[in-house]
Amino acid sequence: MSDTRERIESAIKRNKIMIFMKGNRSFPQCGFSAATVQIFDELGEPYETADVLSDPELRDEIKRYSNWPTIPQVYIDGKFVGGCDIVRELYENGELEPMVKSSAGASARN
Amino acid sequence: MDASEIEDMIARGLPGAVVEVKDYTGGGDHFEALVVSEIFEGKGLVERHQLVYNALGEAMRVRVHALTLKTLTPAQYQNRR
Repeated sequence: MSDTRERIESAIKRNKIMIFMKGNRSFPQCGFSAATVQIFDELGEPYETADVLSDPELRDEIKRYSNWPTIPQVYIDGKFVGGCDIVRELYENGELEPMVKSSAGASARN
Repeated sequence: MDASEIEDMIARGLPGAVVEVKDYTGGGDHFEALVVSEIFEGKGLVERHQLVYNALGEAMRVRVHALTLKTLTPAQYQNRR
């Protein structure tokens, strides 16, 4: 397994909400990445981001890893959730909030 | 790349689908697509979008910078109207 692949797997395991994006949460470098972090900011749960622009290997590998051609890409509880459109749709129909809350509450209940 | 080219590619990859693509900046690289197909029945959003991306193949990776996707089953489409 490549190092980049290991880094991806470790990032999605360590972080309940992991966002692979262009730029970072303070300075998103693309409108779709910006819209995605804005939604997670509104939900108020902690999340981690990785900038694919500063890491071309990560940018290529995450697309292969998820079988998904675009950035941003969001993982919750180690599972691929989708890109900006899907996150927005899940947020608007109310499905995203329980996903991030149950992810945040899972360890507290055990 | 123009909107009708993308429409054709998606329609070829997903036979029977109703496809509507708009170039929303006019620059030939930011598109918005509505795809209505029976094939989406019982599938989650990730799988639906992957079907559309696969229909676009290499063009999606190289020529299209951004494609906003809405994927609906015929029943969902009826309910929306």
